[in-house]
Amino acid sequence: MGSLAYREDPEEEKNSEFTWEVQANNRSYNNQFKEKVFLCWQRKKYKRNVIHTAKYNVFSFLPLNLYEQFHRMSNLYFLLIIILQGIPEISTLPWFTLFAPLVGLLTIRATRDLVDDIGRHRSDRNINNRPCQILMGKSFLWRKWKNLCVGDVVCLHKDSIVPADLVLLASTEPSSLCYVETADIDGETNLKFRQAPTITHHELTSIRKMASFQGKVVCEEPNSRMHHFVGCLEWKGKKYPLDSGNILLRGCKIRNTDTCYGLVIYAGFDTKIMKNCGKIHLKRTKIDHLMNRLVVLIFLSMVVISAVLTLGFRYKVREFKAKHHYVSAQHVRSEATQTFFIFWGFLVLLSVMVPMAMFILAEFIHLGNSIFINWDERMYYEPQDLPAKARSTSLNDLLGQVEYIFSDKTGTLTQNVMTFKKCCINGVIYGSEEEDTLLKEDPYLWNKFADGKLHFRNAELLQAVRANQDRRVREFWRVLAICHTVMVQEKNNQLLYQAASPDEEALVTAARNFGYVFLARTQNSITVMELGEERVYQVLAMMDFNSVRKRMSVLVRNPEGSIYLYTKGADTVIYERLQKKGLMERTTEEALASFAEQTLRTLCVACKEVDEDMYEEWRQRHQEASILLQNRAHALHQVYEEMEQNLQLLGATAIEDRLQDGVLDTIKCLKQGNIKVWVLTGDKQETAVNIGFACQLLSENMIILEEKEIVRILEVYWESNNSLQGGKKGHLKKQLPLQVKMALVINGEFLDQLLLSLRKEPRALVQNVSLDEEEPWQEPGEERADFLQARRLSLMWRVLGIQLWNTGLAPQDKGYKALESAEVRRERAFVELASRCQAVICCRVTPKQKALIVALVKKYQDVVTLAIGDGANDVSMIKTADIGVGLAGQEGMQAVQNSDYVLAQFCFLRRLLLVHGRWSYMRVCKFLRYFIYKTLASMMVQIWFAFYSGFTAQPLYEGWFLALFNLLYTTLPVLYIGLFEQDVSAERSLELPELYMAGQKDELFNYWVFLQAIAHGTATSLVNFFMTLWISRDSAGPVSFSDYQSFAVIVALSGLLSITMEIILITKYWTVLSVLAIFFSLGFYGVMTWLTQSIWLFKVSPKTFPFLYADLSVLSQPPILLVILLNVSLNTLPVLAFRIIYQALQKPGPKEEEEKTTSEEIITVEPIPHVLREARTRRSSYAFSHREGYADLITQGTILRRSPGVNSDMLVDHTRPPDELPSSMEDSSWYPRKMSFLGRNRRQHQGKVSSEDVQPASEEKLPKRQERSLSYEPWPYTPESLPPTKETPLSAEESQMTSSESQMLPSSQLSLKSQSAHLQEKTSLWKIRKLSWKNWPYTWQKEPGPPKEGTVPVSNSNLTALMETPPPTARGSSTSEQPVEVEPSPVERQPSPMEWLPGPSKGQTPPDLAGLPPSPEEQQ
Amino acid sequence: MAMNYNTKDEVDGGPPCAPGGTAKNRRPDNTAFKQQRLPAWQPILTAGTVLPTFFIIGLIFIPIGIGIFVTSNNIREIEIDYTGTDPASPCNKCLSPNVTPCICTINFTLEQSFEGNVFMYYGLSNFYQNHRRYVKSRDDSQLNGDPSALLNPSKECEPYRRNEDKPIAPCGAIANSMFNDTLDLFLVGNESDPTPIPLKKKGIAWWTDKNVKFRNPPGADIPLEERFKGTTKPVNWVKPVYMLDPDEDNSGFINEDFIVWMRTAALPTFRKLYRLIERKNDLHPTLPAGRYYLNITYNYPVHSFDGRKRMILSTISWMGGKNPFLGIAYIAIGSISFLLGVVLLVINHKYRNSSNTADITI
Repeated sequence: MGSLAYREDPEEEKNSEFTWEVQANNRSYNNQFKEKVFLCWQRKKYKRNVIHTAKYNVFSFLPLNLYEQFHRMSNLYFLLIIILQGIPEISTLPWFTLFAPLVGLLTIRATRDLVDDIGRHRSDRNINNRPCQILMGKSFLWRKWKNLCVGDVVCLHKDSIVPADLVLLASTEPSSLCYVETADIDGETNLKFRQAPTITHHELTSIRKMASFQGKVVCEEPNSRMHHFVGCLEWKGKKYPLDSGNILLRGCKIRNTDTCYGLVIYAGFDTKIMKNCGKIHLKRTKIDHLMNRLVVLIFLSMVVISAVLTLGFRYKVREFKAKHHYVSAQHVRSEATQTFFIFWGFLVLLSVMVPMAMFILAEFIHLGNSIFINWDERMYYEPQDLPAKARSTSLNDLLGQVEYIFSDKTGTLTQNVMTFKKCCINGVIYGSEEEDTLLKEDPYLWNKFADGKLHFRNAELLQAVRANQDRRVREFWRVLAICHTVMVQEKNNQLLYQAASPDEEALVTAARNFGYVFLARTQNSITVMELGEERVYQVLAMMDFNSVRKRMSVLVRNPEGSIYLYTKGADTVIYERLQKKGLMERTTEEALASFAEQTLRTLCVACKEVDEDMYEEWRQRHQEASILLQNRAHALHQVYEEMEQNLQLLGATAIEDRLQDGVLDTIKCLKQGNIKVWVLTGDKQETAVNIGFACQLLSENMIILEEKEIVRILEVYWESNNSLQGGKKGHLKKQLPLQVKMALVINGEFLDQLLLSLRKEPRALVQNVSLDEEEPWQEPGEERADFLQARRLSLMWRVLGIQLWNTGLAPQDKGYKALESAEVRRERAFVELASRCQAVICCRVTPKQKALIVALVKKYQDVVTLAIGDGANDVSMIKTADIGVGLAGQEGMQAVQNSDYVLAQFCFLRRLLLVHGRWSYMRVCKFLRYFIYKTLASMMVQIWFAFYSGFTAQPLYEGWFLALFNLLYTTLPVLYIGLFEQDVSAERSLELPELYMAGQKDELFNYWVFLQAIAHGTATSLVNFFMTLWISRDSAGPVSFSDYQSFAVIVALSGLLSITMEIILITKYWTVLSVLAIFFSLGFYGVMTWLTQSIWLFKVSPKTFPFLYADLSVLSQPPILLVILLNVSLNTLPVLAFRIIYQALQKPGPKEEEEKTTSEEIITVEPIPHVLREARTRRSSYAFSHREGYADLITQGTILRRSPGVNSDMLVDHTRPPDELPSSMEDSSWYPRKMSFLGRNRRQHQGKVSSEDVQPASEEKLPKRQERSLSYEPWPYTPESLPPTKETPLSAEESQMTSSESQMLPSSQLSLKSQSAHLQEKTSLWKIRKLSWKNWPYTWQKEPGPPKEGTVPVSNSNLTALMETPPPTARGSSTSEQPVEVEPSPVERQPSPMEWLPGPSKGQTPPDLAGLPPSPEEQQ
Repeated sequence: MAMNYNTKDEVDGGPPCAPGGTAKNRRPDNTAFKQQRLPAWQPILTAGTVLPTFFIIGLIFIPIGIGIFVTSNNIREIEIDYTGTDPASPCNKCLSPNVTPCICTINFTLEQSFEGNVFMYYGLSNFYQNHRRYVKSRDDSQLNGDPSALLNPSKECEPYRRNEDKPIAPCGAIANSMFNDTLDLFLVGNESDPTPIPLKKKGIAWWTDKNVKFRNPPGADIPLEERFKGTTKPVNWVKPVYMLDPDEDNSGFINEDFIVWMRTAALPTFRKLYRLIERKNDLHPTLPAGRYYLNITYNYPVHSFDGRKRMILSTISWMGGKNPFLGIAYIAIGSISFLLGVVLLVINHKYRNSSNTADITI
């Protein structure tokens, strides 16, 4: 890795130069380029298309693997000890004592590595041997991918995978377009198109011409920027520009294109996708790290103890040499030399205390737990025949500690299947009928064009459609069949629709099944089969989607000659443009609301007939606008706007973006387990938020913070942080009321501004992420602007930081913090903020940003992160996170191949984490704790013995006991614990997700537990040694039992039995296996002792087996048995009693907590004030959910000068022009929810929330402005507290308005006073009013007129009451924090939805509500 | 909580439901083992359940302790230090290395008669028989009678491996430093005619040591001296190993004094069995109360390292020699156990309601 990182920087610089030359059909030319590798070594500059991801080959396996293994400190240490041990002067232990375990360890590891690598070899071979057609000489021949060289021309067919990065030369499609699916690269399943340069399109029309093609491509050096390419084609003396629109990347799939031809420019590891894949990186678990640290700790203490004991020897050796005549002859060397040797001798002797077998066993346990994951039938997904798979076998315990889940959306949370669920035509709602009707025969059989896959069944609707009586029904389906940008294709007499978004496809398919079949389109016509009658519509204009317009219209001339405008779009947009708003519109709106409640994606359908004159006039303006050179988009936009007026509503559709099975339960369960789920998606914000609601990540009672609020909160945080000199972490806590549920919704641009410092981080943090400065996802112009903006902001922050620092405001107490750059501080603040939120949704993020987000959290929070995704765009995130989970979905295998765990469904994550993860963690922790205990309990006697053996490093135990102790005598039970132990059953684990929190808090194994284990082990060893010592010292017996061998046997057996007793006590899950394990391990002791102490082995080598019949002779004496019994009971009983007493005393603790939480829950189960629901506008996400369709392509023919991406993104909300009003409106729709926390400052009980959801939310349509004005009240404004930042002018103005507002509304202020006082201290710093300020002017303007004094207060007081919809008792409970019986939300009190329609109208409170006490204050 | 996969797996431990015919089905086997649903017993240790154990252990241990304590107290034991560091001691003269051979006599009185078999020990203090170099310095092959090892002892024996180009038998520091005081016990019946107490030399070593571990070099009919031919005696020894005892069954490597010495002590203060005084008949005590004297042939130097030499006479019981500590320990543990039982009883009583919930701590 080091070398890689080192090479990176020059490479970054280098690849902006155009030094990469590739000549077509000229391998020798391309081969002449060499590149310096090392000194004078050179190699070909252009790599072949072979990839090797495997680490070893046959010859390099052994040396490399051993080399790698001895990179591990522990192995190296043991090797050193074994070498030391070979020196006779030092050798305190027999050779086999340490050798046997080490060999075992190495073998097991090597075997595992070998198996892994064989798998990699296999997959490499598969990929390298994929077939492709290469132009060889004059024809295309089938070759393998590995034969491909730079400069080759390849021929690709439909559905084949692009083998290398190619320049598209030509295709069989018109204009040499080529459609690709980039699912394996960025996870998007919709089609993109690439186009060949015009010159090659015109020239290379035959294979012969291709064979003689001699063009030269000059471009950048290979780099990892997936969506960026600049180069030029030199041919026949002319230069033609190439950009990313001409490039087919390795890993793409060719779609809808018969054949295409490309020139290889980057091959093998030079391709962009490979450049984006890092080296195989071994992930380590938290416990692993801790384990290593502890082992180092143990080792260091060994050194210290050895040194101390050596000091003892130093003192003793003089005496031995001078006085003890019986040994003085052996002390011939100088005292210093001997002391030196004895130090090493002690080190060898005590090395048995370093738990070496722990590593072997940990491997086994990890492996075993992984296999259990693979074996789990409940994580087997039948439809795909796919069991769960643990690809990494060393991360299991980490699964039990996950705190953050970063999830992809598409394909992970959702199935990415859009289904037509419901529709509302002419005010009548048609839903799908009951399931059992599905079994009946297909009702669409009458329609020969039906695809038979529509699950939507509604006989009534079908009847209405077939009757063809109702004009609106007819028009409704006509709109769906005509107004879209779907491409059609005929294949095997079946129509195949290819749409820019799955939503659109779902709608067109639904229309098709209902008899309105979209058959074909040309540049200016659409052919539709309407109930068997073929009609051709002339397309006059196509007004495509974009996120600003949120609608799409088609202007057609029908066969009868009249002109119609067909529009579909977001309900808000359509309703603004309706001609009239009658009963039908209201019922439709009701229907929309109910659709939205069910988290369906809604869309309104409308049409209008256009006069010929009007069209003629409009056409001219349209013409003018479409040829404008500047500001064309804007001009067109306005022209469209003119046309799309006075529409007639036809109905609404509801599409379900289907969540995967069990996603809801899983997320709920995970949240209960204190796991934070972040959704990172490349999708648009609206779609992502919609899904957030659908899977209950977001709920109505959350405050959703967006970019601007976040920026301000962070600023406030940062400043207060500085000015308070605190610099304390967790300062945010004070600012943000804890009870308030918050969620963050951020997008890619914002992250870019935020993640500046992280980008500079060394590569180690972000695995395999390209650190290029550009935005792959966005298009060049925009991205530059973004980047500059980000730079500017960061610069500003830095300047500010320096200023503050200079004036001494920077935190003084924590020096390091002051040194942190402003960026780092901002990042820290952001992570802190984000970690306080219930949910975080990041939209429009690139694969790299996904990884950066993960890295960001990893950097500032010491937590375990898990990333789950299914596409190649998730790969970097999966690799960066501590645990990567790949879903084996439809989006290719990239994610799976880079993941640590493979699941088939998102919902299995719950079982993986809560059951397997928790078990693994618990097992590993128990294992570690016990292992350390057992090692110390048995081995520390060596230290005590040293005091009695004149510090001569005499081992107490027999060598064989030492060697086999960890391998055989104590292995099985501890292995049982590590593999099979269950504290609670799987079912209970799932029922009580709270149990999972122990892992997050590192409760089961940490330094404290380690200390406990050490203390316990020390105590046991002390008891065993000293009890035996006191009993046998200087005592008499029939035969001496104070001899060395008897002593060793007693202590050893006491130790063994004590630790076996301990494991008997800690095993919570007794099965046959555990009994067998204990039986066998004790059996092994018996057998092996008998064997090593037998006469045969003694005869073979008396020196190796000196304890001849020691156990037999010793254990045949009853007093010795009594001694052992004494030792064991003394070790066991007090510990057992202590535990039980501790447990019994502990128990009341959690119980109290429980009570607390339940009481809290009682408070929180107050009904949600429905007023604040703002579901309707939000949910209509279809219109913004995807990028522009193919309208350009369709209307302008196929001649595209620019790649479509550029076109579309020009209009996307990224570059929000300041004069664009609608964009701010888009924001405004979010604000009301932010206010909702006012109504409840307690957490809402989950179950309650869901039950509330079902109730008709109808009072939610309160005038937004009023809410907003109310919401400002709790924070009395003090202009002084505002930071003098760039926002100053605005905030000053705002301050005036707010204060004037508060004066204007005395009663509302009164009514909220108690609350505001209550919240004030917590929220005084939280300037949400400021944050949401931006909407103010907008809504203000939209009001018919500024509210006059006198009228507003009255209405406001009523509204206050309305806003506090929960009955007074419930509200009282929320403030007084007393458990009060909760009344269900009063449904009957809710106003009819008719009453408020249309739009915000103040003062229209329902009569029964008006009768409520005017001010809630009186209730208290 | 509706898990979509819950329903189909209700049959615990049942055979895999997939018919064997479906090829390439990757569904994991639904066996109890693979699904981690082995029938199990999950004991919950609570104050209530463990309580009886403590009482039972208390009830068992206290009587055992009392039994041991009483037995231990009934054991007669006398210990006589004959190191001679005290100038008044008769053996004081032997501290100077000039007096050879040095015989000293120590008088003592048995207040109570010693019944049954009496064991005679010698005890050494501050003698590091567990010194690492010392422990290693032996050749078990040689001691086991291996002829090749006899003439070519292990390197471990250095520097007591060869003497004047002859291999030392037995080699090594342990053998070289063998305890060589001779202790004789006399009962002073009347003033003039002290009765020597018969001391039995055999039966003081482990049976396995005497019969398995230690063997003389092979050759049944050949005299012992011949079998040790080509070897020399350890440096410190006066006589060669085959002359340790006139009885050939107790001479050479299988001399029991030698075997006992070769079984190194665990601690620097130790006792080693020296002789047995067997009970003659039931009527007379083995050692009647009265005045005795101990005749010591003082050879073994311990003064240099501040060692002590003791002679111990002790009767023996089923549990060995006098050992009050074991009994006290048992009584103590029994009492502690009982006490803990009471504490648990209190706890159980106090928190009875909470103890029925499953605990999940380790």
